[in-house]
Amino acid sequence: MILAIKNLKFSYPSNEVLHNIEFSTKRGEVVIILGPNGTGKTTLLKCINRILEPTGGTILVDSINIKDLKARDLAKKIGYVEQQRRGSRCTVFDAVLLGRKPHIKWDVSEKDVKIAKEALETLNISHYAFKHLDELSGGELQKVIIARTLAQESELLLMDEPTNHLDLRNQINVLSTIARIAKKRNISVIITMHDINLAFRYGDKFIFMKDKEIYKAGGKEIVDSETIEDVYSVPVNIIRYEKQKVVIPI
Amino acid sequence: MENLSVKYYREGRKKKLIILGILFATIILSLYALNKGAAGILFWQTFQSLFGKGQDISNIVIWNIRLPRVIGGIVVGGGLAMAGTIMQTCLGNPLASPSILGISSAAAFGANIAIVFFNAGLVGNEAISINNPYIVTIFAFGFSTLAMFCILSIARLKSFSRESIILAGVAFNSLFTAGSTLIQYFAEDFQIAAMVFWTFGDLGRVSWKEVGILTTFCLLVFIFFMGKRWDFNALDSGEDSAISLGVDVDKIRFISMTLASLLTAVTVSFMGAIGFVGLIAPQMMRRIIGVDHRYLIPASAIMGSFILLFSDTLARTIISPIVLPVGAITSFFGAPLFLSLLIKGESRR
Repeated sequence: MILAIKNLKFSYPSNEVLHNIEFSTKRGEVVIILGPNGTGKTTLLKCINRILEPTGGTILVDSINIKDLKARDLAKKIGYVEQQRRGSRCTVFDAVLLGRKPHIKWDVSEKDVKIAKEALETLNISHYAFKHLDELSGGELQKVIIARTLAQESELLLMDEPTNHLDLRNQINVLSTIARIAKKRNISVIITMHDINLAFRYGDKFIFMKDKEIYKAGGKEIVDSETIEDVYSVPVNIIRYEKQKVVIPI
Repeated sequence: MENLSVKYYREGRKKKLIILGILFATIILSLYALNKGAAGILFWQTFQSLFGKGQDISNIVIWNIRLPRVIGGIVVGGGLAMAGTIMQTCLGNPLASPSILGISSAAAFGANIAIVFFNAGLVGNEAISINNPYIVTIFAFGFSTLAMFCILSIARLKSFSRESIILAGVAFNSLFTAGSTLIQYFAEDFQIAAMVFWTFGDLGRVSWKEVGILTTFCLLVFIFFMGKRWDFNALDSGEDSAISLGVDVDKIRFISMTLASLLTAVTVSFMGAIGFVGLIAPQMMRRIIGVDHRYLIPASAIMGSFILLFSDTLARTIISPIVLPVGAITSFFGAPLFLSLLIKGESRR
């Protein structure tokens, strides 16, 4: 078990955002969190990554409470692709190399440079390695941030809507790469997203969130039209196409 | 396609060459500055004096007047530029500079109090002077550190958010400026003259003792900032990113802002207000060398040294033997240079 969350709560002074969240993930597993806007998906990822401090409950990574980990040690265990990002006058190569920060003692080693180079190649973005971030499109920038997180070599990847800004081809490329890496490196990946069909294709486990809580969690068997209608308040049909479930809003 | 690692190392070498180029230009300028002045010392005499083999008079001029001034300019320019670089990164604001937090106005307020209430300024022989520089420096430093701690304490209530530091800085800047205006309103003419004289930044105020203090402090802060250069790179990519890369954002922001503010406080207290160096040097180097703090911190520091030394040499020689206040020169040339950088930056986008 790489991640175990027990009775997690988070509130802002005026409103509660997460209530009694409990779930766990295993190594090699791609977990997809689904749910309408404002249900606390991003807040949940930020709590796991200690960007936000939960108001209750415990988060264990590799059986260690994240409160007991130093910032650098936590960064070695958890990588994070945030939803909103900005470009700067930093080159793509330097941005990806920054993923090695938790491992760097005084300066980058040849190993760090090699790992950054491999991350660029994995995401197929080597051809713009020396462009500046503020010259990139939203989709190109998204892939750079994902490459940086891969270079971090953490055991748990948190990705907040990683396919935002990407065209369909790149969405498929990125998600299949992430799913492949999860299996190859035996790491766990937690992804929030809105495209249920893409989620079906790449997820091993699904968590539906509604009204600050987990509505339902489990494997592909839990995803049915009733659940989706309850969570999103939209009637849907689920059909099968080449052994894959496909959700069609009615 | 060319090997990425090879190209990465080559880009790094290019940046190091640029830094070495600016360093070389600063050394040449230093030698020129040492040779220029009202005493009319020849170039070969300057060299002889540097090695202690010149005539008595040229030895005194070089070692007691020009060398502390040149080294003081290099250290103060470098310190202000370093403080500006770190403030811009910590506050995520390209307009941040040592003067934005009201530290310079607090120092001026402290100096004004010393001049009015402790009779530290006087007019004699048709010249305005500060007759007790130590008390003025102590008050300037005391008030600027007080301002810094007030700003950071208020910002602490808001978890050192960028906005809270800037807004608290703007408020304190306004408060101390108003305080200085009130003091000046009720002061005698000669006191007002002394206050205005103090606020002109002037490198001629330092002796070897002050140069020693400034150099030691600047070097220590430089070593700390270089040790944290990866944290600054992470901060540049956004707060959430920095946390997920293992940076304790609140802590690094508090310590770095404290050191950058102290650096400003020390330089302003010894030299008076010197505007624009802390803003323009990092801005120029961000455009030339990029935002990687491994290169940006030393590059900005050396560029700051070059700008201040250039401005001071100009201030000393342009209508020699009259020495213009260097603060006026840096602002006079800094403002149009900053505007041109701004326009070029915008058109590139």
